Amino acid sequence: MKQSIQWQIAEVKAIKQETLTVKTFTLTIPVWVQHRAGQHYDVRLTAPDGYQAQRSYSIASEPERTGEIDLTVERLDDGEVSPYLHDVLVPGDQIELRGPLGGYFVWDTTLGGPLLLIAGGSGIVPLMAMVRHRVAQRSDIPTRLLYSVRTPEDVIYAKELSGLSEQHTRLDVIYTFTRQAPPNWRGYARRIDEMMLREVLQSLESKPRIYICGPTALVEVAANTLAGIGIDAESIRTERFGPTGGR
Amino acid sequence: MSELDESMDMNTQMMLDGNALAGKLQTIFGVEMTATSSICAQCGGTSMMGELRAFTQSPGIVLRCPACESVMLRLVQTPQATLLDARGVMYLKIPAY
Repeated sequence: MKQSIQWQIAEVKAIKQETLTVKTFTLTIPVWVQHRAGQHYDVRLTAPDGYQAQRSYSIASEPERTGEIDLTVERLDDGEVSPYLHDVLVPGDQIELRGPLGGYFVWDTTLGGPLLLIAGGSGIVPLMAMVRHRVAQRSDIPTRLLYSVRTPEDVIYAKELSGLSEQHTRLDVIYTFTRQAPPNWRGYARRIDEMMLREVLQSLESKPRIYICGPTALVEVAANTLAGIGIDAESIRTERFGPTGGR
Repeated sequence: MSELDESMDMNTQMMLDGNALAGKLQTIFGVEMTATSSICAQCGGTSMMGELRAFTQSPGIVLRCPACESVMLRLVQTPQATLLDARGVMYLKIPAY
């Protein structure tokens, strides 16, 4: 099958402020193709003089939602695309994009589990699509999300995650706060390390499928540490975002 | 704001996965390429295109083997043409479409 990835013009349906630096853009897609959780879209901006800037943004929404997607984007001060999306775009505006793209960092319920998702900062976005897909499919695949974030204010989808982990007994969300933990916090308050990964792995019954997404430094540490403690490289999929939270 | 980790060299921190190039690769090859296999000409390791190490902060793009870090593919796009240097790849499976 020829997989066409033509650029097309989507319309901004809604914009939601997730954290101080992160927004979710709901986009209506004229030629909508069902994505797989973990895939991304390329977004392209064209200046009046013809100069183009292009970035990839992970899809946050579940594939079960038709005709539209959510892209959750962190604003990078030195970025070429994200400041425009954050500061200029309003509902009703149009934006050029193509996708869904990528066949490597994807998961769906047919692949099974258990599932270990490791997120750093806005690396949560494609993993959230997996979590939402799992919910939409009413799957009970044991799933654990280890979410490394600087402060409680930086947690994206905080409400939804706490709601989900209460409703779905086989979905655990484990936070580690690397800069400032909430008052009286008894959980992790450091960067991901070997002991943390051993503990998080411990209670997963069988060999998990592991997806790691976040800043490159975090992905490197997590993937190398897991390999070092004998996790089969085949079961680990990574998506690096570069030095910052976005790509 | 960019925040570099001092324990890691800058090139490593800028590195992405081949997955980030899904759109570009699909434009060139006509099919989704990130889940297809490639063999490194240097070490013979098999990797999915999506797991190659991608260096994109330059006029061209470099894809390296995740096992031995040898350059597998170099890609430069100009307004006139796409230039692809694939001498580091022994074998590349392009799915039918």
